[in-house]
Amino acid sequence: MPYDVVVIGGGNAALCAAITAAEAGARVIILEAAPRPYRGGNSRHTRNFRCMHHGPLGPLTDSYSEDEYIADLLKVTGGKTDEALARIAIRGSERALPWMQAHGVHFQPSLSGTLSLGRTNAFFMGGGKALVNAYYRTAEALGVKVLYEAPVAHLSLAGGRIEEVVFEQMGQSHRLRPRSVIVASGGFQADTDWLARAWGPAAKNFLIRGTPYNRGAVLADLIEQGAETVGDPTQCHAVAIDGRAPKFDGGIVTRLDCVPFSIVVNNSAQRFYDEGEDVWPKRYAIWGRLVAAQPGQVAYAIIDSRSLDLFMPSVFPPVSANSIEELAEKLGLPPAELRATVDGFNANCGDTSGFRPTELDGVATNGITPPKTNWARPITEPPFYGYSLRTGVTFTYLGLKVTARAQCSTADGPIENLWAAGETMAGSILGQGYLAGFGMTIGTVFGRIAGKEAAAHAA
Amino acid sequence: MPHDVFAEARRQAEICNACRYCEGFCSVFPALQADRAFSDGDLTQLANLCHNCRGCYYACQYTAPHEFDVNLPRALAELRTESWERFAWPGGLARMFQRHAGAVTIAVAAGFALLLALVHLLGSTGAGDGFYAAMSHGLMVSIFLPAFFFPLTSLAISLRRYWRAVGGGRVRGRDIAAALGKVARMKDLAAGHGEGCNFEDEDRFSQARRLAHQAIMYGFLLCFAATGVATLMHYLWAMPAPYPFLSAPKLLGVSGGVLLGGGALWIAALKTRAERSLSDPRAWAAEMGFVLLLAFIAASGLALYGLGSTAAMPLLLALHLGAVLAFFVLAPFTKMAHGAYRFAALLRDATRTKA
Ligand SMILES: Cc1cc2nc3c(=O)[nH]c(=O)nc-3n(C[C@H](O)[C@H](O)[C@H](O)COP(=O)(O)OP(=O)(O)OC[C@H]3O[C@@H](n4cnc5c(N)ncnc54)[C@H](O)[C@@H]3O)c2cc1C
Ligand code: SF4
Ligand code: SF4
Repeated sequence: MPYDVVVIGGGNAALCAAITAAEAGARVIILEAAPRPYRGGNSRHTRNFRCMHHGPLGPLTDSYSEDEYIADLLKVTGGKTDEALARIAIRGSERALPWMQAHGVHFQPSLSGTLSLGRTNAFFMGGGKALVNAYYRTAEALGVKVLYEAPVAHLSLAGGRIEEVVFEQMGQSHRLRPRSVIVASGGFQADTDWLARAWGPAAKNFLIRGTPYNRGAVLADLIEQGAETVGDPTQCHAVAIDGRAPKFDGGIVTRLDCVPFSIVVNNSAQRFYDEGEDVWPKRYAIWGRLVAAQPGQVAYAIIDSRSLDLFMPSVFPPVSANSIEELAEKLGLPPAELRATVDGFNANCGDTSGFRPTELDGVATNGITPPKTNWARPITEPPFYGYSLRTGVTFTYLGLKVTARAQCSTADGPIENLWAAGETMAGSILGQGYLAGFGMTIGTVFGRIAGKEAAAHAA
Repeated sequence: MPHDVFAEARRQAEICNACRYCEGFCSVFPALQADRAFSDGDLTQLANLCHNCRGCYYACQYTAPHEFDVNLPRALAELRTESWERFAWPGGLARMFQRHAGAVTIAVAAGFALLLALVHLLGSTGAGDGFYAAMSHGLMVSIFLPAFFFPLTSLAISLRRYWRAVGGGRVRGRDIAAALGKVARMKDLAAGHGEGCNFEDEDRFSQARRLAHQAIMYGFLLCFAATGVATLMHYLWAMPAPYPFLSAPKLLGVSGGVLLGGGALWIAALKTRAERSLSDPRAWAAEMGFVLLLAFIAASGLALYGLGSTAAMPLLLALHLGAVLAFFVLAPFTKMAHGAYRFAALLRDATRTKA
């Protein structure tokens, strides 16, 4: 049967697009590269989406205005933002929330430990996989056909339109000639060769926090055919995570929030940055880059027993020892150097009576470089604990350039029947940095726009 | 070889505690997140708070084939089986009845045989009205009075052991009220969003299991009330059975029987559709056997009501009473015990949250 709309990808953006197109009457097929248990890309790892609202809305308290939202965004992107597109996403978010509920998504009050987000971010009950499941059910009930393990290899672009979609399934190549095509296949971070070409060889040691299926195949194919892009091709959003996380798909549980209460050393047992510069949510991305710059792309956070309960439990238990030397042995660090670093740090800690784990307490070191400017408490109470840290990549910034209607283009002008949504075009809006919950906002709002446009074109 | 159910539950609880995405589904997660390290008692408490709705399984990004292999409903179900076996009195019986549908069947058959023999040898004296023609009132009481107190005693001992294991402290009146309120509405069975379980069709939410379970529970209570009222009428007001249809015991009993039987068959049907690997697969058959026993009790009770004055009555009566006898003996060692444990777990949770 001929399809009006082919949607490439099976995450949040793809599903929002497919549902919207199907509700507009189009015959829709989803081509998802992942097998069914892993469907849903990075969206299956998410927990919330950021939403503008005037007055309480769903689980959200109070109000969150467009101006405040855009100001928050500009702060994290340092101005590297297409403001017109950003405002579309922000304005669209308010109507998106009830739409999500109507299509099966359940929200819950903000998770314990994230109460500061209760006004701005709506949390999915059960997380992103529950959201993705609900959307697949809704889509299938609307007659959307879903193919798993069906990665798209090529879109043939000719005369300003996509003529053909080529995908693989069970070792065979298949072709579709739909009227409209929507790309929602995420970034390229899972292709570590590409990442290494862009970032440098250090990228081979990065861990990928999300799906192994976002390899950027469609992005590369379109770029080769002259599709216009935005975003820095060499950059990715990376955070410091537990070094024992799996190479792919470790997700949220590999987060490690101990850095502000620790000293962090490289594999020569030397400190290299102020661990107490700011609260962790404002620093984890910086630490992703800092760790990436260390030899072997690895670092070690060292705490003593007094600090163990000050941060969210990690999925991997810390390495523990009764002396600093023993801890160093267990972590594979040079014991004498670690001892010297810890002693030097301890000797430069001052008055710790003002120690307050939940705020910037100004309890700082004196006279060492780098300093520790908050939460600087000596590491003296055994047992001592250590965690390894590695760089975990969330997404890449390079994306397809789109219009306000989510349409893609080449230098010759718009591609008549190609739209993009989600991570794969988010570079248009997020030039650098990241605002918690904004990825799902972009995917939901632009997914719906792309679905509507694609269906209208096919009608 | 049996794996260590505590170690496995602990491993998964630690993953959930680092994730917390399922916080809103049920009482398990807020309780779990209150701890950082999990003692065997903590895990036992969590297991008995779980009602196997499977919401957290289908929502989990870490289920197999992911290497974290999270399957919390199963880990907690296996721990429930284990803990009930440990707390059961007399010990050993629970292991037999929870894991072997065959043992359940044999117990039921033994109940039948005993009652048939009694009816045959002693019962049919012709003295007495209605059912008492088949079996005298005195004989019934002398069998069922101890049979009634046995499960109560047994469960009371088990719950004491449970309470100690989970570190339960003093209970206040409002804790009991809070726990009772949850049971009456089966709040958790609706899931945090009120759309029910993910039981019979993967991640589709449905109220079927909750409704069927309500039917069983209220049906059971109605049947129980019918017997209680009849006992009072017999002893206090000297109004022995049989009773007409428009009497309290009959009205309660018939409506209870319909609810109990319908609910039990419904649950049995749902169980055949539910994915077995999300619960304790070793307990599946015995649980099913027990649910069918409930359905049989309801059906034979209703049949007695319909055919009570026919020649089939003595046989029916023996079957019905045999099944009821088996039920009493089995109650503390089978799925039936979950009611008691679950209530204790809710009570424990209430003492935690308002501490
Ligand atoms: C651990 C983690 C937590 C996060 N938490 C949040 C959060 O709480 N809130 C938030 O807003 N954002 C969060 N993000 C970012 C968020 O995941 C993304 O912004 C969002 O999911 C992007 O959605 P998407 O649909 O564009 O891409 P994805 O959900 O990644 O979907 C891409 C899809 O394309 C498929 N695909 C890839 N290549 C092909 C191909 N060649 N052919 C066919 N299909 C293909 C993939 O299999 C996948 O299904 C998080 C990211 C990570 C890694
Ligand atoms: S079941 Fe899975 S998604 Fe839910 S809290 Fe546990 S780890 Fe997280
Ligand atoms: S199966 Fe249901 S009741 Fe049990 S832990 Fe998961 S969500 Fe809670």
